[in-house]
Amino acid sequence: MSEKHHIIPVWFFVGFLLLVYGVLILVSGLVGWSHPPAGVELTNLHAPVWWGALLIVLGLIYCLKYCPKRES
Amino acid sequence: MIALMAMSAPTTLVHLAGVDLAIIAIYFALVLGIGFYLKKFAKTGEDFFLAGREMTAWVAGLAFVSANLGSLELLGWAGNAYQYGIMAGHWYWVGAIPAMVFLGTVMMPFYYISRTHSVPGYLKLRYGTEASALSAVTFAFMTILMSGVNMYAMAVVMEVVLGWNLHFSIIVSSLTVGVYVAAGGLFSAIFNEVLQFFLIWFGALLIPILGMIETGGWSGMVARIHQNFPGQDFTHMWGPMSSFDKNPMGVHWIAIVFGLGAVQSMGYWTTDFLVVQRVLSAKDVRSAKLAPIIGSFFKMAVPLIVILPGLLGRAVLPYHLVPGNQAQPGQFKYDDVLPLMLARYCGPGLMGLGITALVAGFMAGMAGNVSAFATVWTYDIYRPYLRKDAPDSHYVSMGRWSTMIGLFVSIGTAYLVQYNKSMMDYVQALFGFFIAPLFGTVVLGMLWKRVSRMAGFWGLLAGVSSSITIFLLMKFDERWVRVFALSPLAQPLAQAMWQALWSCVTCVAVTVFVTLVTKPRPDEELKGLVYALTEVPKEENTSWLHRPVVWGVAALVIFVVLQIIFW
Repeated sequence: MSEKHHIIPVWFFVGFLLLVYGVLILVSGLVGWSHPPAGVELTNLHAPVWWGALLIVLGLIYCLKYCPKRES
Repeated sequence: MIALMAMSAPTTLVHLAGVDLAIIAIYFALVLGIGFYLKKFAKTGEDFFLAGREMTAWVAGLAFVSANLGSLELLGWAGNAYQYGIMAGHWYWVGAIPAMVFLGTVMMPFYYISRTHSVPGYLKLRYGTEASALSAVTFAFMTILMSGVNMYAMAVVMEVVLGWNLHFSIIVSSLTVGVYVAAGGLFSAIFNEVLQFFLIWFGALLIPILGMIETGGWSGMVARIHQNFPGQDFTHMWGPMSSFDKNPMGVHWIAIVFGLGAVQSMGYWTTDFLVVQRVLSAKDVRSAKLAPIIGSFFKMAVPLIVILPGLLGRAVLPYHLVPGNQAQPGQFKYDDVLPLMLARYCGPGLMGLGITALVAGFMAGMAGNVSAFATVWTYDIYRPYLRKDAPDSHYVSMGRWSTMIGLFVSIGTAYLVQYNKSMMDYVQALFGFFIAPLFGTVVLGMLWKRVSRMAGFWGLLAGVSSSITIFLLMKFDERWVRVFALSPLAQPLAQAMWQALWSCVTCVAVTVFVTLVTKPRPDEELKGLVYALTEVPKEENTSWLHRPVVWGVAALVIFVVLQIIFW
């Protein structure tokens, strides 16, 4: 992204955030697997688990592809 | 801080668990960290105000579309979708896509090649100081007021939805924005807009996915809406537009096509500096042309996370939402539909992500306003009228100071609005006064070299004056609604479309008239500024896959197909 300044690409920060959020959401989904939160619909689908896993995969892809060391 | 956040309002729409608060805290830490990291790169004026003009088309395009994807926008349009149905999608499709493609394929080369730093800056090059000063002063003034109004409105939303203390929301979020924009300038603003783009999509996309599963797909959702609200049409975009009385907005398709599509939307997407500034940060002309076109594809998809949740609210919520001014204790408003749907499907963790998306949208909107304000103040007001020949570092310093001062004025405006709520309506109307005529002035100046210096100024002034006059007449005497909006049934959104249309027509008529009776500027002064005298780089050697016009046409084709599907 940056030719003049050699800034860490914004995509790396995006990947980092998705990765951290993915881990937190996946863990909270696993913790609540057998005790789903009250008042939430479709808890049988365990959305936090697969959504968290999706964020982790995307986050990892972005982090690895745009890792500052690999760039240089 | 957590204790202050928890000074709750009596009832809140959603409740946050520890993991949700952790997700929000991580976001704040990251944006501040990015701001401090980028500070060392924002040394020159071009770095601070235009992010070094080195953004790729993708980064500039996502920032361009994100600058408009604020939280109030999301909450408001989901509420409008609940109220008016899929018709609200017009603001995302006919009210955005043609204008974005027009900006990318027609107007962007002139903005970019002229090396201007802002829209008032272009007006100065094209028309001279009169039109530029009028545009710069009004833009700077309105941006700060709008920033304050948004700040207050979002703090109210946070109080109602989460129970957060009003002062906490205003102070913490504005100081965070102030620190990271003052540190990294447009670099910071753009980085955070890209982050916000991902947060909003991943925070909100689960609502339509789970909603569609619950209702059994589109046809199941439509059947449920018909069952819950018999005899009302919420799922067709153009059908109910054949007459004023067939839709709850009181609008005719002519107003949608010409008022919204041809004027309001063109004005906003092509001349509002807040969004145009993002594209000016692109690294070359081709990227600058491509950025709004990339943005148009994502903009077309936004109804998935805004309009569809509103419609799903009609289908699945066990109670009916009411207009904001009629809500009694215990009742929910139209604008509550998005948080209500979030609470319906999202437990701990996902809720934190959804709320972080709203907070991020709010802060990115504020950052957009203050970064645009700092640029226009420094380059279009301070430099030409107050201190002409200072070194570049002085203007960067002024940019940093004006960012912080602009934020403090915004905070003041937010508290002013708290004590005088009617001011909010007037400030939000302010932008409408200027954007539509400004489009007439800019596009005539780009496409017709004959337009003279004074024609630009008088056309803009006449357009703005007519816009204010029409607004006031319709607001204080409903008989004028029939005159200007062609029907007494026209609701405020429909009235605004007609107001924009008439003001742009006035601007164009006055500009043409004054042009014909005044002397044109010599051709030498207009090189690089108007269509007939600008050498736009050719793209014969670029593969067709990389040509902006190809993707522009693709965007328009998808746009037309969507209109037919949801006719």
